[in-house]
Amino acid sequence: MAEKITGAEALMLSLKAEGVTTIFGYPGGAIMPTYDALYDYTRGEKKCFEHVLVRHEQAATHAAEGFARVSGKVGVTLVTSGPGVTNTLTGVADAMMDSTPIVVIAGQVGTAVLGSDAFQEMDLVSVSQPITKWTYQIRRAEDVAWAVSRAFYIASTGRPGPVVLDFTKNAQTELVEYKPAKVDFIRSYVPSPEPQDEAVRAAADLINNAKKPMALVGQGVELGNAQEELKAFLEKADIPAGRTMLGLSALPSNHKLNMGMLGMHGSYSVNIKEQEADVLIAIGMRFSDRVTGDLKRYAKQAKVIHLDIDPSEIDKNVKTAVAVIGDCKETLPAITKLISKADHTEWKDSFQPLRQKEIDNVITPATKPVSGPLLMGEVAHAVAKATGGESILVTDVGQNQLMSVRYFKYHKPRSIATSGGMGTMGYGLPAAMGATFGAPDRTVCCFMGDGGLQMMIQEFGTIMEYQIPVKMILLNNSYLGNVRQWQDMFFSHRRSFTPMCNPDFGKVAEAYGIPHRIVSERADLQDAIQEMLNAPGAFFLEAVIKPDANVEPMTAPGRAVDEMQLNVEC
Amino acid sequence: MIIYSENFAGILNQITAVFTRRQVNIESLNVCASSTPGVHKYTITCNCSEEMVQTLCKQIEKKIDVLQANYFTDEEIFIMEACLLKVSTEGLLQNPAASKAVRHRGARIVEVNPTFSIIEKKGLTDDIISLFSELNALGIVRQFVRSGRIAVTRDCIEHLDRYLESRTQKNN
Repeated sequence: MAEKITGAEALMLSLKAEGVTTIFGYPGGAIMPTYDALYDYTRGEKKCFEHVLVRHEQAATHAAEGFARVSGKVGVTLVTSGPGVTNTLTGVADAMMDSTPIVVIAGQVGTAVLGSDAFQEMDLVSVSQPITKWTYQIRRAEDVAWAVSRAFYIASTGRPGPVVLDFTKNAQTELVEYKPAKVDFIRSYVPSPEPQDEAVRAAADLINNAKKPMALVGQGVELGNAQEELKAFLEKADIPAGRTMLGLSALPSNHKLNMGMLGMHGSYSVNIKEQEADVLIAIGMRFSDRVTGDLKRYAKQAKVIHLDIDPSEIDKNVKTAVAVIGDCKETLPAITKLISKADHTEWKDSFQPLRQKEIDNVITPATKPVSGPLLMGEVAHAVAKATGGESILVTDVGQNQLMSVRYFKYHKPRSIATSGGMGTMGYGLPAAMGATFGAPDRTVCCFMGDGGLQMMIQEFGTIMEYQIPVKMILLNNSYLGNVRQWQDMFFSHRRSFTPMCNPDFGKVAEAYGIPHRIVSERADLQDAIQEMLNAPGAFFLEAVIKPDANVEPMTAPGRAVDEMQLNVEC
Repeated sequence: MIIYSENFAGILNQITAVFTRRQVNIESLNVCASSTPGVHKYTITCNCSEEMVQTLCKQIEKKIDVLQANYFTDEEIFIMEACLLKVSTEGLLQNPAASKAVRHRGARIVEVNPTFSIIEKKGLTDDIISLFSELNALGIVRQFVRSGRIAVTRDCIEHLDRYLESRTQKNN
């Protein structure tokens, strides 16, 4: 008879079997047996995990998200019951919106007291079901191997997403004969539907007859690892492409068919031309309202081809002429095979005057000002230039995000981690920490605002303890800048609770032993960025920027995409 | 809508949450074991546009442990509902219209005692509501309960069986 081990140790072996190397977590009462097992698996001869002790559980899920985004692997979070796991739920919801594969394992009170309002008991299954791809309560040690394998299978396949495992205390302590489990089939779950030949043919027909085709590239291309297949497709039919914010690194910034970013603060030409294209090919994107503007007036002239792995995205927001359901790693080459070589020079060239207008009116003034205070775009542009498009961009949410994603350059796949659907302030710093573990050979630049940084500033502690080499760039305008911009634009300049009274951030960094520098003069910017990049580990660069600069261009909410304004009027 | 799922705890919650999120009221709901071992069947009726019910089906089918979610109009399925009416026996005896309504609507009186009687009726919603309205107008109804709608498809093909078969083949 095989030796019996605890459910907690079975969890360790199950995680090891899934190839887990890094766990972001925080211990507490109901998960103590698991942390006791983890003690052995993070040191000595059994060592197989690195456990990163975050300073707040929300940071653990964002770190897992950042890890997953840049590595393509499943991020793992380990926390206790009750408040421990409620703290993670913002990150879980964020991962659900942005299709990020993470597994959150939370302690739970013993099954004997479930439902009795025991200390730190919380009905996790009910609470997390709507914001997870799958949630399961492990009530017996026998179920650990199966549940963990099923969790990783669900999180990582099809359209990825978060899975929560509610691990009761008795299941952690009970003894079990550990038998490895490998779930790679669930009869009720078809992760990647088989491509339908008919749909592929219909899509190819539409593309072959298009005069003004345009591709809308989303994160699905990165999740499907189909960056090369995308290039082959676009290049064969000479199709100009816009990318969503989450899909920015799916197509290199310097690719000749990359026309810019879609959406509210995306590229002017792309937004205008969406209203002129005769065929739109959406690839792994979900027509978010931040991309489409007023849906009733969105691309009504165009026939829409929608490639997505998730059937529930088809016709959800935009009605499609042809839906090609399946993994774009398969559907893109299938369509490429059937499309004819084409030359759309005239159509592509028609983007140029609009592009030039944006350069003259927005990009040059935002990135190369000659006088006045430092600007957000200027700092983002300078960091992008200094890193040569090779590094990973992680952002917080708000103006810092919109400006850094606009002016950063992406030459490699999986180079951006940002909170898209949820718009979670506080995401940036922990996600950047996670990204350094997910891509240890790459530089990770994290852009934050003074608002978002303070939502997760305690993570300086984690950065200090684990010497996490995050390049932190604080764009400090002493405002909740994006809300301030909207107040100025739509609420008669009534700046209701958006000015921020901030601490001396440099001193805070100093207290954690993090090298830092503050820059407010244009002449010092390059040097400060070089100092940051040359530093061997973490570095905190605070850029004091113009207090009330706006993100431009902008499609105001409720407006159609071609009503985008180059310069906003406040 | 007819939905099939694995017999795991918590799936009903997930299904109803999709309705809540889309602000569609469930008119009736019936859950029971299906003819396939281990598979549960949900029969749900709601009033909404075809576009909305398509969205609901896709979002429900997306749940990991849901096997199939489909919608049907009345013509595509055979529907049945049942109701029980508890009426005062005195009222029943004093109102000839009451027993006439029972006969007319094809209902059955399944229990009679000096205080109350119980009437049982199977049929379609309108039929059941009409019976209730007629008896209620006489002021004799003490309790009324109508079951959720149950339905089987009129299709000659059993789509769930086909799906399960194809999935089993896939796994082998």
